[in-house]
Amino acid sequence: MIVGNRKDFSEILEKLGAARRVLLLGCNECVTVCGVGGEREVGVLASELRLYWTKEGETFEVREHTLERQCDYEYIDQIRGFADDYDVILSMACGAGVQYVAEAYKTKLVLPAVNTTFLGVTIEQGMWSERCQGCGACILDMTGGICPIARCAKSLLNGPCGGSSEGKCEIDKETDCAWQLIVDRLKESGQMERYEEILPVKDWRTGRDGGPRRRVREDLKL
Amino acid sequence: MSYPGNVKVVKVPCTGRVDVLLILRAFESGVDGVYLAGCLEGECHFLRGNLRARRRVEYVKGLLEEVGLGGNRVEMFNMSASQGQRFAQFAQEMTERIRLLGPSPVKKGE
Repeated sequence: MIVGNRKDFSEILEKLGAARRVLLLGCNECVTVCGVGGEREVGVLASELRLYWTKEGETFEVREHTLERQCDYEYIDQIRGFADDYDVILSMACGAGVQYVAEAYKTKLVLPAVNTTFLGVTIEQGMWSERCQGCGACILDMTGGICPIARCAKSLLNGPCGGSSEGKCEIDKETDCAWQLIVDRLKESGQMERYEEILPVKDWRTGRDGGPRRRVREDLKL
Repeated sequence: MSYPGNVKVVKVPCTGRVDVLLILRAFESGVDGVYLAGCLEGECHFLRGNLRARRRVEYVKGLLEEVGLGGNRVEMFNMSASQGQRFAQFAQEMTERIRLLGPSPVKKGE
């Protein structure tokens, strides 16, 4: 899923500026699961805004609304009937959602309430960890199902480096050395011969270095 | 045993039932402070309800600081069902703390 962190309340207030009619827009997908921008978090931020502006003696209106997704036009279109009643749409979706809402409502000010951080997994309730950087050319078959691009601090294709100590990365004692994990997994699964293969220099054009990416499936088009 | 009359008791099956939003809604309705009276740590009938409640209270303290109400307006206390005196003592302590802080700046109708 896409994981993010909510922006500090002070930053959100600063971005809102003089806007006092706010449509606070949540998303029922990834940001709900990682506890940053679903219906519940919309409720918390709306409550914070109401408490703050009431304390300041301001007149305001905060409408809470959570869409099934903010990355599909059909759902974004559901707010068309009332979006114009508000000065600003404050989106709690990931960066993709914020942008798609902004594209759909070109005359509205659309602001992000969330910093989108990574593609990851739930380690336990309340804890998430990065697993993928969307490089566009997956090599997990070579690395025992552990991604060195996302999980090695240097994204080394052939590791570990000298900064690996007792299974941990030199950047932080809490961070596992991805290449130690890879070696351990290859051993466990009887694939150590794969470790002998030198992975070639990666062609990063399939990732962000190739510019914004687009995927088309003609057979799915209407 | 008596405790200050300004304390309104809201019964829940376990402090683990108390969600962040529930506390925020109380402040939105204009209360001056909220405290949770949970069972002693390690003695939760549902194992970790009171420990979860404490973490949520800590989270709400941060939110109240952010909005300028002050984190001291919310607190978590622990006591057993047989410690009525302790319940009264915490009610007194919290009432005094809130009196010092003054009325909530979001108090309605004022």
